[in-house]
Amino acid sequence: MLAKRLIPCLDVRDGQVVKGVRFRDHVVMGEIVELALRYREEGADELVFYDITASPEERSVDRGWVEKVARQIDIPFCVAGGIRTVEQARSVLHAGADKISINTPALQRPELIDQLAREFGSQCVVVGVDSLAAEDGWRVHQFTGDPERSRESGRRTLDWVSEVQSRGAGEIVLNCMNSDGVRQGYDLAQLSAVRARCGVPLVASGGAGAVDHFVDVFQRCDVDAALAASVFHSGAVPIPQLKSALAEAGIPIRPH
Amino acid sequence: MPDLVLVDSGGSNLGSVQAALERLGVAAPVSGDPARIRAASHVILPGVGAAAVAMARLREQGLVEVIQQLKQPVLGVCVGMQILFEHSEEGDTPCLGLFPGVIRRLKPAPGIRIPHMGWNQLRALGSHPLTQGLDQQHAYFVHSFAAAVTESTMLSVDHGQSFAALVVRGNYHGAQFHPERSAAAGAQLLENFLGLEG
Repeated sequence: MLAKRLIPCLDVRDGQVVKGVRFRDHVVMGEIVELALRYREEGADELVFYDITASPEERSVDRGWVEKVARQIDIPFCVAGGIRTVEQARSVLHAGADKISINTPALQRPELIDQLAREFGSQCVVVGVDSLAAEDGWRVHQFTGDPERSRESGRRTLDWVSEVQSRGAGEIVLNCMNSDGVRQGYDLAQLSAVRARCGVPLVASGGAGAVDHFVDVFQRCDVDAALAASVFHSGAVPIPQLKSALAEAGIPIRPH
Repeated sequence: MPDLVLVDSGGSNLGSVQAALERLGVAAPVSGDPARIRAASHVILPGVGAAAVAMARLREQGLVEVIQQLKQPVLGVCVGMQILFEHSEEGDTPCLGLFPGVIRRLKPAPGIRIPHMGWNQLRALGSHPLTQGLDQQHAYFVHSFAAAVTESTMLSVDHGQSFAALVVRGNYHGAQFHPERSAAAGAQLLENFLGLEG
């Protein structure tokens, strides 16, 4: 039986792992490879590196670190952030990333999803969706990496989830912005609604604060994976204990 | 020390497979040279992406017959395994024909998402030096097409249906999962393969 996945997300800036008070005042947490290996040892099933390196002129950023990670770790990893073209995706995949994740560029140019799926196969094309509750349901937001530019995209979340699948996305990461950073649990209502529309693997993101939150999201929303950052980085939810708790609750996991 | 060669079948996991072997202390040069490939003690065919792309890459380099005639242990990984079969439904692609059968698209079902992506448990169906230590272990899969379970299947995996995770026929072997991304289980498979007599 396919195991549910636990995915720590690491923010990378200028080749180092950072944590910030959301978008500014980033503090360096350590070297990428070292932290990646630590999570691998703890039993992480996959890693996401979110490259927040500023690139004001929309230049491609230096991703020499991708190759280092690819050579050192033996679990899959995905690179998100700043991938806007087929060529940028190619360089990240050829450096050894298993998947690439796109978000705002897909909203600006949806055919990018088709191009990436055709070129590299759906299995390595992840679409990240930042979603926020509005009066008439959920809406997709764009440019969420920059508080000055972050805004609603004009798309309904459920429609966009259907569209990205028909264009060839092989996995969807739903980041529920209402719950993000609040640590009160995943947005179960929204994730369930998206699950009903989503025939490809679905990754829950935003809101994890305690072990129970992971149990809830797997049991009630049937997501394929749960992504979290701060609860893993701070040690508030250690992965080995989390896996034991999930197994006790009858959720299939990869034993560590 | 095995004299191993990686064939460039166009997959973006070439570097990752090479690194996995290096972590085991084994040099894994990439070659498209028929003489070099024929002389190797072990040959690995990595592969990610589409079967048609991998076959085209082998044809371009004049390697189709070379691979079909190898006598030493050969291991195909993911798409590198799929192209060892006769045909793939993916892009209606004629393949190498070293295993009988057709690679077919996996069917989605309630609760069964395609691509089959993530860690799934291996089940031993037959006994072979290659499966040593792998029964019940989890390995990392990411694919939408698969080979049916037949008498050549040594490990199977379940995702809505049962299909082949590891196949063996003569000196040809194929893993649907990714040893380079399957942590300890992946390293175990590569060690088992390197232990086969060349």
